[in-house]
Amino acid sequence: MPSPPVIYGLFADPESADRGMNALHRAEIKPKKIVVMSAEPFDDYSFAKMDHHTPMPWIAAAGGVVGGTCGYLLARLTQVAYPINTGGMPIVAAWPTGIVTYELTMLGAVITTIVTLLITTRLPNWKSKLYDEEVSNGKILIGVLDPSDAARAEIENRLRGAGAVKVKATNPHH
Amino acid sequence: MATKSAEQITIDLLRPLSGISGRWVFAVAVLAGVVVAALSAFFYQVYAGLGVSGLRTPVFWGFYITNFVFWIGLSHAGTLISAILRLANATWRRPVTRCAEVITVFALSIGATFPIIHLGRPWLAFFLFPYPSERGIWPNIRSPLLWDFFAINTYLISSVTFLLLPMVPDFALVRDRAEGVKKKIYGVLALGWTGTPKEWHRLETAMHIMAIAVIPVAVSVHSIVSWDFAMAPVPMWHSTIFAPYFVAGAIFSGIAALILAMALLRKFLHLEEYLLPIHFENLGKLLLVMSLLWFYFVFAERLTTWYGNESSEMTVFWTTQHGSYSPLFWTMVFCNFLIPFPFLAIKKLRTITGTAIASFTVVIGMWLERFLIIVPSLSHKYLTYSWGTYRPTWVEITITAGTFCAMALLYMIFSKVVPIISIWELKAGQHLKTQAVRLVVKSSEAGAD
Repeated sequence: MPSPPVIYGLFADPESADRGMNALHRAEIKPKKIVVMSAEPFDDYSFAKMDHHTPMPWIAAAGGVVGGTCGYLLARLTQVAYPINTGGMPIVAAWPTGIVTYELTMLGAVITTIVTLLITTRLPNWKSKLYDEEVSNGKILIGVLDPSDAARAEIENRLRGAGAVKVKATNPHH
Repeated sequence: MATKSAEQITIDLLRPLSGISGRWVFAVAVLAGVVVAALSAFFYQVYAGLGVSGLRTPVFWGFYITNFVFWIGLSHAGTLISAILRLANATWRRPVTRCAEVITVFALSIGATFPIIHLGRPWLAFFLFPYPSERGIWPNIRSPLLWDFFAINTYLISSVTFLLLPMVPDFALVRDRAEGVKKKIYGVLALGWTGTPKEWHRLETAMHIMAIAVIPVAVSVHSIVSWDFAMAPVPMWHSTIFAPYFVAGAIFSGIAALILAMALLRKFLHLEEYLLPIHFENLGKLLLVMSLLWFYFVFAERLTTWYGNESSEMTVFWTTQHGSYSPLFWTMVFCNFLIPFPFLAIKKLRTITGTAIASFTVVIGMWLERFLIIVPSLSHKYLTYSWGTYRPTWVEITITAGTFCAMALLYMIFSKVVPIISIWELKAGQHLKTQAVRLVVKSSEAGAD
């Protein structure tokens, strides 16, 4: 997969990155076209507050329900399939069935959480894509995907004006 | 920790990954030698049969089950403690969590092998798996051993993912600084992580959900291990106190193992600026609480048995108090309470060395505790004609020593290939600290104006 055309600035600190983000907003760049990367989470800054809505907890809960149902059925059907002589006691023993149900409920929630994480973040993704190794040196990358030719100069100026240490562009049209 | 730049943190914490010293190679060779000896002993037992162990009527559970309970208990060091500290948002947790989570994964893996070693015919372990077999025989869901199967596997899967997920951003960091084959390997491990807000947010949400899920799972695991004993009508086993007693003991031994591991990592990986006295002090306080709780449980259990005065229980009781097992019992009390107490309760003694000494004795004491729960009860069951003794053979002793060395070996290798302290979490902590300092300065300036 080829890298998408992009113009981005590398910021040394979150304050200037925040200014960079505000500058892009002022230039009326659509949020979908803005790309941000950092080596650590910056939850308190506006540039890091993209895509914060996730149904992950609900999906995990649903996974728990599915896991628990599977656990219950496994325990119940196992006891029914091979009924041992219980001397008049119930064939399906409630307490042990509860234990198996409980463990598989938690397992279902955990597995669903991991799967949801991988699907929503589209990981793993080893193919080439937009990235700059400066990010792992502590720089914060803020850029615009597929900018129009007319907007390139303005975006570059705005990123520099906000305090970008470097401004880079990939795959320019000309 | 004095405020360090993000770059300095990265350099310091990636340093252990580069280069191997002669001392490291020597230690690995010695540990690997003992592990190979243990594997040889195991294969000898497989070849010759379980008769080469000391397991005889009536003591069919000896060193192997002691080790099983001990290692499963020790595994509570990591995921459980880490999850509690994460949910409590304890800021000092950041350098500690990964050290702890690694203990869980390795200890749990080692512990889970013991029921298989104990089988004598390990190739039949799959009989425990609930699958539709052509023999038409399904496992008995009423058996606590089957609950172990579900609980341990759930805990192992949860713990492995709880350890692996926050490692992904650090793999990306190593990937960006490595070259050649190393870059390719870490590139694969990093899964293509780039650090977008979406990735960070989803990772933190997933860690939060898993922290919530893993706490009840950890409690259930050791409760179920205790029910392996408590469900049987054996003197001093059939007790309602066993589940909380085992869980408390597990956390107790887990914290001790964590302190020991941290002290060793600090010394040998030169992490003095990251694993600080305050971490040992805080964990030392936690260990003190658990030591007191452990003593309370032992006292409550013994007092209730003594008051009940039931003859079969009193036989086991007196065997451990002043009979053949009493030297082990009193050593256990010394190791778990009398020695750690002053080191942990007196502030001046609650140093790194003090907490490490206390933790070392607790690890020994907790192994003895597991042994004393299992063997005296089995060797003095009800009628005197069925009494017996247990002496471990060289096979069991070698396998036991091998697992301790395997733990150390796995830990040493892990700390050479993965940053043993979560770099991104530490940076995030430093960043929050800097922000807090700025806020204080700003507000004091505003006040002065």
